Amino acid sequence: MSAAAPAAAAQAAIAAPDAARDFRIAFAIMTALLIAAPFVVYPVFLMQALCFALFACAFNLLIGYVGLLSFGHAMFMGFAGYIAAHLAKVGSIDFTLPLIGVGPHWRFGPLPPLVAIAAGVVCSALLGLLVGALAIRRQGIYFAMITLALAQMVYFFCLQAPFTHGEDGIQSVPRGKLLGIDLSVDLSMYFFVLAIFLTGFLLIYRIIHSPFGEVLKAIRENEARAVSLGYSVDRYKLAAFVLSAALSGLAGATKSLAMQNASLTDVHWSMSGEVVLMTLIGGLGTIFGPVVGAFVIIAMLQYLSPFGQWVTIMQGVIFVVCVLAFRRGVIGELAAVWRKSL
Amino acid sequence: MFGIPTQALFSQLLLGLINGSFYAMLSLGLAVIFGMLNIVNFAHGALYMMGAFVAWFLLNWFGVNYWGALVLAPLVVGALGVVIERTMLQRLAGLDHLYGLLLTFGLALIIQGGFQNVYGSSGQPYAIPPQLTGGQNLGFMFLPNYRAWVVVFSLTVCLATWFAIEKTSLGAKLRAATENPTLVRAFGINVPLMITLTYGFGVALAGLAGVLSAPINQVRPLMGADLIIVVFSVVVIGGMGSIMVSIVTGFALGICEGLTKVFYPEASNIVIFVIMAVVLLIKPAGLFGRAA
Amino acid sequence: MRLTTATAIAALTLGAFGAQAQDKTVKIGNLNDMSSLYADIGGPGSTLAAQMAAEDSGLVAKGWKIEVIGGDHQNKPDVGGSIARQWYDVDNVDLIVDTPNSGVALAVSQITKDKNRVFLNSGAASSDLTGKACSPNTIHWTYDTYALANTTGKAVVKAGGDSWFFLTSDYAFGHALERDTEAVVLASGGKVAGKVRHPLNTPDFSSFLLQAQTSKAKIIGLANAGGDTTNSIKQASEFGIASGGQQLAALLLFVNDVHALGLNVAQGLTFTESFYWDLNEQTRGFSDRFAKRSKGGAKPSMVQAGTYSAVLHYLKALEALGGNPKDGAKVVAKMKEMPTDDPIFGKGTIRQDGRKIHPVYLFEVKKPAESKGPWDYYKLKATVPADEAFRPMKDGGCPLVKG
Repeated sequence: MSAAAPAAAAQAAIAAPDAARDFRIAFAIMTALLIAAPFVVYPVFLMQALCFALFACAFNLLIGYVGLLSFGHAMFMGFAGYIAAHLAKVGSIDFTLPLIGVGPHWRFGPLPPLVAIAAGVVCSALLGLLVGALAIRRQGIYFAMITLALAQMVYFFCLQAPFTHGEDGIQSVPRGKLLGIDLSVDLSMYFFVLAIFLTGFLLIYRIIHSPFGEVLKAIRENEARAVSLGYSVDRYKLAAFVLSAALSGLAGATKSLAMQNASLTDVHWSMSGEVVLMTLIGGLGTIFGPVVGAFVIIAMLQYLSPFGQWVTIMQGVIFVVCVLAFRRGVIGELAAVWRKSL
Repeated sequence: MFGIPTQALFSQLLLGLINGSFYAMLSLGLAVIFGMLNIVNFAHGALYMMGAFVAWFLLNWFGVNYWGALVLAPLVVGALGVVIERTMLQRLAGLDHLYGLLLTFGLALIIQGGFQNVYGSSGQPYAIPPQLTGGQNLGFMFLPNYRAWVVVFSLTVCLATWFAIEKTSLGAKLRAATENPTLVRAFGINVPLMITLTYGFGVALAGLAGVLSAPINQVRPLMGADLIIVVFSVVVIGGMGSIMVSIVTGFALGICEGLTKVFYPEASNIVIFVIMAVVLLIKPAGLFGRAA
Repeated sequence: MRLTTATAIAALTLGAFGAQAQDKTVKIGNLNDMSSLYADIGGPGSTLAAQMAAEDSGLVAKGWKIEVIGGDHQNKPDVGGSIARQWYDVDNVDLIVDTPNSGVALAVSQITKDKNRVFLNSGAASSDLTGKACSPNTIHWTYDTYALANTTGKAVVKAGGDSWFFLTSDYAFGHALERDTEAVVLASGGKVAGKVRHPLNTPDFSSFLLQAQTSKAKIIGLANAGGDTTNSIKQASEFGIASGGQQLAALLLFVNDVHALGLNVAQGLTFTESFYWDLNEQTRGFSDRFAKRSKGGAKPSMVQAGTYSAVLHYLKALEALGGNPKDGAKVVAKMKEMPTDDPIFGKGTIRQDGRKIHPVYLFEVKKPAESKGPWDYYKLKATVPADEAFRPMKDGGCPLVKG
């Protein structure tokens, strides 16, 4: 998204000395709000919003800082959700191959929540490695189309694979216990989800501000120059892709435990579109933008749902308006007004 | 052959050809639009759906039959395309191509959501025109007349488009404008108008495919949404290089899908995506594409 | 999730008596497919049915406040589950009714049990709701896959249709219907030549029908519902299935489906239902009142009629308890204790496993010449008495059944 990027980069340059302090203030405000929120707002809604916020941040790592538009990110979130839900509820691994009908099959029973989530993250990272290796062979628009098509393939896999239970999804996933705390209480689960979100969020912040992150931004600004400087651009892209996939998987795995189900909704292309929208409305390439975007979109889905498909229409309108007139997003505009890097 | 009854083989091949004709018509439109506007038109599936709905409106509100719809619906959809291009897409000139994708994705959501609001997500029936009901028992397979018509008609449309673009003087100007708009403008040709009309023509093709599809797939708000993703992979496989490539790839992949339904039906949904992955491994620029 | 506040009736005139300790407010949620392939069978019509039951219960005049809301689960178990959760947690809904789509119904049943509310299912078919997934908070009201299989399956095999190919909707409902029908076919001496699963809400069945055609089975069993069934029937005629000597068995067909297909296409189909508007004086009376208020004057489907019957009995139980105890298991236990009696199914009972018992009927669709006009579609072929219609309690594997 090279068009928006230079503006943001220029912004960052102006505000650079204060950037770390600004971040700390903004982060403290966000954390305080999120700690207070479940005592005012329905915690299940907040958990959902936090998972999507992490998902959007992971997606933003790719589009905002490497300039790669993945239109199939739902595959990582949804697939990790299935893996975590399956392991937390059933706990078996079955590699029986279709057509031949043989393969290893282990049963070990339901796993604790952290292990199930970790397994989900590992699987989405592996999936990210496969998809990324294919998709980075093409650039720009083709990259978007390829990720979309591969995500659709994962969708059909999830529709037909036995362990996902197709249309029915995996229901009544147990949240389990963590350090003796019963997570089936919504409030306990909320703070567990919040801890995961904050960890993921800080990790993304660290990645962006590491030397690795600086190379990613160099690739976004001018890929040819990065190549001529001797960076093996494809490796950096792939590493970023895998990181983004793994973090999306973290969001999806956590969500499937928090919402106690894993379903086709989370691997569907419309979910891939939704995360693009969250990031776009919040501000591409801003740190807090995806979080704001996720809360806006999830609140919209929640509170406008009585109006049926008007929600879809509104999402479409927001897309059009953002692209035509509002390419910096909410946080991007605020950052420009306040001359801060957010 | 391999214990598969010939009837099943030929019948599934026919169904594959029908899907192939939709792939061909849609990827053709995408390729024409991409050539001129450098935009991947995500709204293509939604406009295909609109073609079907316009046919349905024409029948149920105005009593215009299938044959009338076959002419009118593409014109209506094409006109809408012209409006979209003039009011929105033009303003994206000079921006990253990805914004075009996002904008048209938003448009697709608006169009689909609008129809879903009114018609829900299940289909409205659209009857096969009386001249084409019934079918022929060919001995080795049963051939429904309407489905035979779809294959013949869409092949004709595809070839006519190819002829118009590759073999006529208008087509030559179009191709020249794609290569070098500034130079063509210097010859006194109105390039912006040409771009607008190209977009209108591309989406009109999608609308036409929608009318053809209505009696087979019913008229449903989401009928284009899943199809467009398959068409994207068709485009990735072939590369958006030329008209003929789009046509051939479209039909060929439809046939591949049909064959998969005979030999391993469980994989028929994903076979095109698998082919895409293999092509990317072997020839990243697409089977017929030039390196980007 | 489409919330439509259908009725909110405050009993102002009797407010003076409101000083009792017992809570007399009830909130009923109709969780349904409001916009897709099952919307005609259940959908807004079920909200209307629940509302009519609230009015007919006579409780409003006795100082009760009954509110009926509706929500759209879009046939997605996760959407349905999160609406149910929110209705129970935030909106204080006491009872969820209808909920076609077995996948959603099984999810809602579990949540209802966790939150100790009441779930009265009319629209979903899977016999698992009173089998291994039974719950002390759920009653399965109108029909189930066992009753369909047992009635239609047996009748078709008896008429000579002894080799079957299943065209099955690929989710909990289709799987249950296929499983139960296959058992009946095999037990009656028939065989199964093959099966194919199709996604829910499929527009084009041609490639599945071709597989059925290739199997050479005498009967193509349609283990699907709503728009999927009507589409398969229409496309089967396009591909000349009947002229090849194969017959369709619609394992689940509703009056709205026949209405949509038209008698020309639907004539001769044999199938099972537990309600038809034109059965007797009482069903006609209810259906006429329903049709006056329904969209397009449609007669009630068995699902909508069942919703009416279920809500009516629920309110009777609440009245017998003297108020709303806000304890789902207690209310359901009371409902099981009381015999049921309503214009829809006549007299009946509710079993320990949550199965509501009443007769089911084998119908045949009339020929166009036999029909007197719109909605006059069925001929009664046979009646299966209540005690034979449903799966014996001991065979269901429900943990609630002792012994």
